[in-house]
Amino acid sequence: MAVCVAVIAKENYPLYIRTIPTENELKFHYTVHTCLDVIEEKVSSVGKSSNDLRELYLGLLYPTEDYKVYGYVTNTKVKFVIVVESSNTQMRDNEIRNMFKTLHNAYVDMLCNPFYTPGENVKSKAFDNTVNQMMIQD
Amino acid sequence: MADDFIFDFLHMEIVNFVQRTTSPDDKDKVISKLEQMGYRVGQSLIEKFTRESPRFSSELDIIKFVCKDLWNGVYKKQVDNLRTNHQGVYVLQDNKFRLLTQMSSGKQYMEAAPQYLAFPCGLIRGGLANLGVNCVVTAEVSTMPACKFQVMIQRT
Repeated sequence: MAVCVAVIAKENYPLYIRTIPTENELKFHYTVHTCLDVIEEKVSSVGKSSNDLRELYLGLLYPTEDYKVYGYVTNTKVKFVIVVESSNTQMRDNEIRNMFKTLHNAYVDMLCNPFYTPGENVKSKAFDNTVNQMMIQD
Repeated sequence: MADDFIFDFLHMEIVNFVQRTTSPDDKDKVISKLEQMGYRVGQSLIEKFTRESPRFSSELDIIKFVCKDLWNGVYKKQVDNLRTNHQGVYVLQDNKFRLLTQMSSGKQYMEAAPQYLAFPCGLIRGGLANLGVNCVVTAEVSTMPACKFQVMIQRT
C-alpha cells in the first residue's frame, strides 16, 4: 500500500508526515514538498476552464521513477498526499480514492476533538491507527 | 422531536454560564468569549459539512453554502434573504432566527440580544475563516426574531 502519507495545512506547512521506515525518509519529505506546486496549480485552475474538476480528489499528481504521488485537497484547503510505489500495479484509482476518503474522515474526526487546536501538529492516536492500516498491508 | 431543541437550550445555558462567570461590568468580555466559542465550533462544523460537497469556485459560492447548508444544519432552515454589494459585503437576513424565537417577538429584551448573537456570529466567522475567507461578522436586530448578519470580507 502507501509508502508515505502526509497532511499539509492550508498555509502549506506539514501537519503530519508518516513514511515507511527507510534510511532515506527525507526523500519522501522532499517529494511531498515538491508536489505542493502541482497541487496549487490544479486547484487554482478550478473555475477557469469549463471542464474543470470540482472533485476534492485531484488524481495522480506526478509519477517519478519509483513512486506515484496522489493528491487530495479538502474544501478547507488542507492537503493530503499519498505516495505509492510504481511497482505496485494492482492499485486502482478507486482504491486510492477510498484511501483518501478514509483519511479525510479520520482528519475530520480528529479536528472535532476538543483537545486539538486547529493548526497544530497531529498527534492523535486514532488518526495514527487509520494511517497505519493504509501503510502496512503489503 | 426533542433533539430539535437541545442546541437551543444548550446555547441559552452557555450564554448564562459565561455571563455568570464574568464580572457584570465587563459586557464586552462576555460577547468576545461567546464569539470565540462560536469560532472554534464553526471551524470544526464546516470541516464536517463540506466533507461531501464539491469544490467551491468562488466567494459567492462559499457564502451560499453558509446560507443553505450551514444554516440548515444548525438552525434547520435557510437564510431568507442574501444581499451583496459585490465588493465584499454580504448581508444575510433571517426573518425568524432560531435562537431568538423563544425570547420575544417585538422590542422586549432588546438589550439582551447581542449576547445571544455573539455565538452565531463567531460560528459564521470560524466557518468562513476555515474556508479561506477572512471576515468580520456583525449582527443587527430591529425587531425580534428577525435578524441580519453582516459579513465584511477582509482583503489583504
